[in-house]
Amino acid sequence: MSIILDKVNYIYGSGTAYEIMALKDINLVIEDGQFIGIIGHTGSGKSTLIQHLNGLIKATSGGIYYNGEDISDSDFDKKKLRSKVGLVFQYPEHQLFEVNVFEDVCFGPRNLGLTEKEAQLRAFEALRMVGFDEELFYQSPFELSGGQKRRVAIAGVLAMKPEVLILDEPTAGLDPRGRDEILDQIKKLHETTNMSVILVSHSMEDVAKYVSRLIVMNQGQIMFDDTPKEVFRHYKKLEEIGLAAPQVTYIMNQLNEKGIPVNTNATTIEEAKEEILRVFHNRKDEPSF
Amino acid sequence: MIRDITIGQYYPQDSVIHRLDPRTKLVGTLVYIISLFLFHNFMGYIIVTLFLAGMIHASKVPFRFMVKGLRAIIVLLMITVLFNMFLTPGEPLVQVGFIQITKEGARIAVFMSIRLVYLIIGSSMMTLTTTPNQLTDGLESLLAPLKRVKVPVHEIAMMMSIALRFIPILLEETDKIMKAQIARGADFESGNLIKKAKSLIPLLVPLFISAFRRANDLAMAMEARCYSGGEGRTKMKPLLYQMNDYRAYAIVGVYLAAIIAMGILL
Repeated sequence: MSIILDKVNYIYGSGTAYEIMALKDINLVIEDGQFIGIIGHTGSGKSTLIQHLNGLIKATSGGIYYNGEDISDSDFDKKKLRSKVGLVFQYPEHQLFEVNVFEDVCFGPRNLGLTEKEAQLRAFEALRMVGFDEELFYQSPFELSGGQKRRVAIAGVLAMKPEVLILDEPTAGLDPRGRDEILDQIKKLHETTNMSVILVSHSMEDVAKYVSRLIVMNQGQIMFDDTPKEVFRHYKKLEEIGLAAPQVTYIMNQLNEKGIPVNTNATTIEEAKEEILRVFHNRKDEPSF
Repeated sequence: MIRDITIGQYYPQDSVIHRLDPRTKLVGTLVYIISLFLFHNFMGYIIVTLFLAGMIHASKVPFRFMVKGLRAIIVLLMITVLFNMFLTPGEPLVQVGFIQITKEGARIAVFMSIRLVYLIIGSSMMTLTTTPNQLTDGLESLLAPLKRVKVPVHEIAMMMSIALRFIPILLEETDKIMKAQIARGADFESGNLIKKAKSLIPLLVPLFISAFRRANDLAMAMEARCYSGGEGRTKMKPLLYQMNDYRAYAIVGVYLAAIIAMGILL
């Protein structure tokens, strides 16, 4: 189960005065079971890129292959692709429409042509997976809190049992607690089901904490594609394109400049703490600083 | 997906016509439309054609944008031409069985369609060179006298500009919801009419909810800034006639006089 993008270009408003090159020469291989983060400034092409992955946008040129099959082939089953590559849009709670939560989550599996029983089973499973309270299953989705609505919307995509789950800013507009809960849940999902997860985000802290591979987009191109540690090494370059490394990276770099020999690799607060303690421990008996 | 739909076809450009006061353009267009029905001879068409060509040239808007508006009236145009051509009594020109085209019929058909085409091009001249907001401003100010007979002119203008402002927003929203539902396996294209209508529910319900939410937010935001209707309200950019507007009025006046004179003399 892999997705391969080969020299993909996309132009918005082709043939009009407002032509914008949204994607330039994107080459990308997404392997099974990876946890990938995509970051970039607003308008860098992140959202355009992920909509290519399940065939919602057709590339202007270049090829996209899902398990070796070209998705732009006329006999390629797009509906099947969309069930295998689940896409959760930004503010997904805006797409809820059914009379109750359970019915709404059933919408996806029913569209796949599953039996009623199977669809309900999957909806039940999906709601459990996102940790949704069973007592609220038959509530109207419009009476829920923001965080709960978002869980329902994510469950709506999970119920289709995708092999790749793409989330476009799943934590936008949530409070810190809601954010951590959702991201922890996604991480757990990734670990228990071995589903590939692609997380589009603005927050370096989130990305650093969860993903194992980080793709940085800038002006429609891929700027970095590496582990977070490697990417954050280039924090000065990230700043140039309006992004920043996690705050921990800055602290570690500054400590290093001040002559404290910490390893600047740390990307999460936990790692940084360990590293600083280690250095201080080693130097306990030297009163030089 | 539905980005191609354009409503409010303003064409940004810096021209004499674009800079005119919206009131001048509204009145000018009205006079122009009336003038189209004031003459019945060949000379009249020449004057109108010259006037229109002059305006198009001055507006610096590419001609193909004007013609775009014609697509909407093609059916109407065909019906007008066919009815006039076949159903006008008079001296027969061509006769096949009981169907006949008369000389008068052909003449009326040609002139009628020219009038319709000129009408559409003339009014799209206005919408191409004036932003929707300017238009509503202009309308509000022109209709102001109606306030005396208790017509809520300001409120109507405000509703119009809010509606116009929300068209692109709702289009974008529709696009987004549509994509989100397609990603969940929804199918908006196949099936018979009833199935298609049913498939719109997942699109329309979220769209209405979002429209109501936006309306509510906007009402709240307006209230927070003490909006209370048009009473005693002043404008940040009040409409003011410039020298060019008086010149434009003069040109329109001369044009109208010429058309009327043509009608009387010939």
